Amino acid sequence: MYGDRVTKALLFVSSLIILLLSAGIVLSLVGGAIPAFKEYGPGFITSTVWNPTSGSEEYGAMPFIAGTVITSILALIICIPMAFSTSLFIAEYYSGTRTAGILRSLVDLLAGIPSIVYGFWGFYALRPLLISTGLTDQGFGVFTASLVLAIMIVPYATSLSTEIISMVPPELKEAAYSLGATRREVIFSVVIPSARSGIVASFILALGRALGETMAVTMLIGNANLIPKGLFAPGNTMASVIANQFGEADGLKMSALIAIGLLLFVITALVNAAGKFIIRRFA
Amino acid sequence: MKKQIFILLVMAAIVVTSCGGGGQKAGKEKQVTLSAAGATFPQPFYNLAFKKYNEEGGPVINYGGIGSGGGIKSLRDRVVDFGATDAYLSDTELSEMPAEVVHIPTCIGAVVIAYNLPGVTGLKLTPELLEGIFLGKITKWNDEKIIGVNPGIALPDVNITVVYRSDGSGTTYIFSDYMSKVSKVWNETLGTGKSLNWPAGIGAKGNPGVSGTISQSEGTIGYIGFEYAFAQKIAMAQIMNSSGNFIEPALGTFTAAADTEIPADTRVMITNSSSPEAYPITSFTWIIMYKEQGYADRSKATAEATVNSVNWLTGGNAQAIATSVHYAPLPQKAAEQATLILKSITYEGKPILK
Repeated sequence: MYGDRVTKALLFVSSLIILLLSAGIVLSLVGGAIPAFKEYGPGFITSTVWNPTSGSEEYGAMPFIAGTVITSILALIICIPMAFSTSLFIAEYYSGTRTAGILRSLVDLLAGIPSIVYGFWGFYALRPLLISTGLTDQGFGVFTASLVLAIMIVPYATSLSTEIISMVPPELKEAAYSLGATRREVIFSVVIPSARSGIVASFILALGRALGETMAVTMLIGNANLIPKGLFAPGNTMASVIANQFGEADGLKMSALIAIGLLLFVITALVNAAGKFIIRRFA
Repeated sequence: MKKQIFILLVMAAIVVTSCGGGGQKAGKEKQVTLSAAGATFPQPFYNLAFKKYNEEGGPVINYGGIGSGGGIKSLRDRVVDFGATDAYLSDTELSEMPAEVVHIPTCIGAVVIAYNLPGVTGLKLTPELLEGIFLGKITKWNDEKIIGVNPGIALPDVNITVVYRSDGSGTTYIFSDYMSKVSKVWNETLGTGKSLNWPAGIGAKGNPGVSGTISQSEGTIGYIGFEYAFAQKIAMAQIMNSSGNFIEPALGTFTAAADTEIPADTRVMITNSSSPEAYPITSFTWIIMYKEQGYADRSKATAEATVNSVNWLTGGNAQAIATSVHYAPLPQKAAEQATLILKSITYEGKPILK
């Protein structure tokens, strides 16, 4: 009885700490961002100029918002066919076989690789490959970053989708088979429709991860503080500009970087909310 | 059983580590530990010099390479014993410090223009070409203007990719200070600063990032600290100085740049030196510290260790170390000025150095 109360109190305190921590993070982000918003107003979000030279200082977040949104969406588009087919393979076609088991552990292994190693691989292996296609001079840019991002988020989308697809009740599938449906028909008319909201959720989770990815992106995107002029042009993302510039930042520049952090926080929260909305609507 | 073995192992580990600690204390009694932070540009020199000084019986100095701006901020917040910067503090920055701060030059570093063009060595560049390339107006390696300055060199039909620092940096400051002096257009558009609004090219983080990107990608050009280009064997361009001579980056040509009038507080940029033998993109790098060392409960021993360490750094032994890692030593005149400044530093009003 006494132990029960202790457990309850402990759990309560731990959840309270989490709550206080998140509130503290939001508060300090908002507090730090105030000087930038005071100086530029809402125009901070839409301005495309990032000029840190003292004397003509001017900061705007648009190049980084554009970079983040473009790379993440592109990564998601590249990721969907890979993750979707892999999860169907593992959970449906080859469900329970040794091949599926090996493939599943390989996908999980991808999730465990540190971001910097992906960046390294992109820098030394993927970039020369892209240069040899002749589409790009140096291989740095939005497309390279998106490609590596896509590979990084595949395991997140795949493992959740696999989980969801294998949770489709066997009775439903058996009923369809007994009506004479082929395997393809079962997958497209029974499995996918009943797992739809879960699959969408898994891709939104993956998108959330792509938005905040820093290290691998910084190594490949080219770090140019401009709105990307094309798929193979350099750009920069919100997370990457913060990582690059906070060391020397001071005053207004520091505030502008914190404001970008706050915007990233808001965008991620919006994406998560959108995900929840979609799940509720289709569930 | 397993648990007991584990506990035994943990206890053994604790005993071993505590003995190690005790042994160290007995060896060097009352050892002072100093903390310092700042520029990454002279970090290879400082790391080596401070290690040597400690071996000779000096204090342990922990130097954090967090960038010049970070060094200034750390000194202002009084979280380090001294800071280091590649850009001297402006009058405004000095007035924002809580107390009077002095600059002590420690060595001369140079920023070189490194490029990656297989088979091409001895590339010559003028200030006009640098302006055109870094502002994105000259986009091909076989541009007529580059060929005009380099008649004997077969330049390929390859796009130029400029690589610059994506983080704030003293290296960028030195390069842009030079460019602002030699190019009116540069001065009016990009200006001088630790990070700039680059119109073309790609950014990479830190001197290692830029030099790595250049050495890995054909057709690139960028500015990096001399020692990084030297260590990675990247080709460096000869730059035309203010006397019209093309100068190869080398220690002798860096020292020549300091052959000029140096003010008493040593706050001077020696880029675009008027000396005919000088490499033009050259700069002092400084240690910054408070003139009155008795602040925030600092002990006299700490204050003495701080001043003695920096004094040692500007002396002959440390300057020889600087040369070994490709920084030019302080010329006689600058070293004398450094000593004068160090002698003016006090602890509770009394000079520390005699």
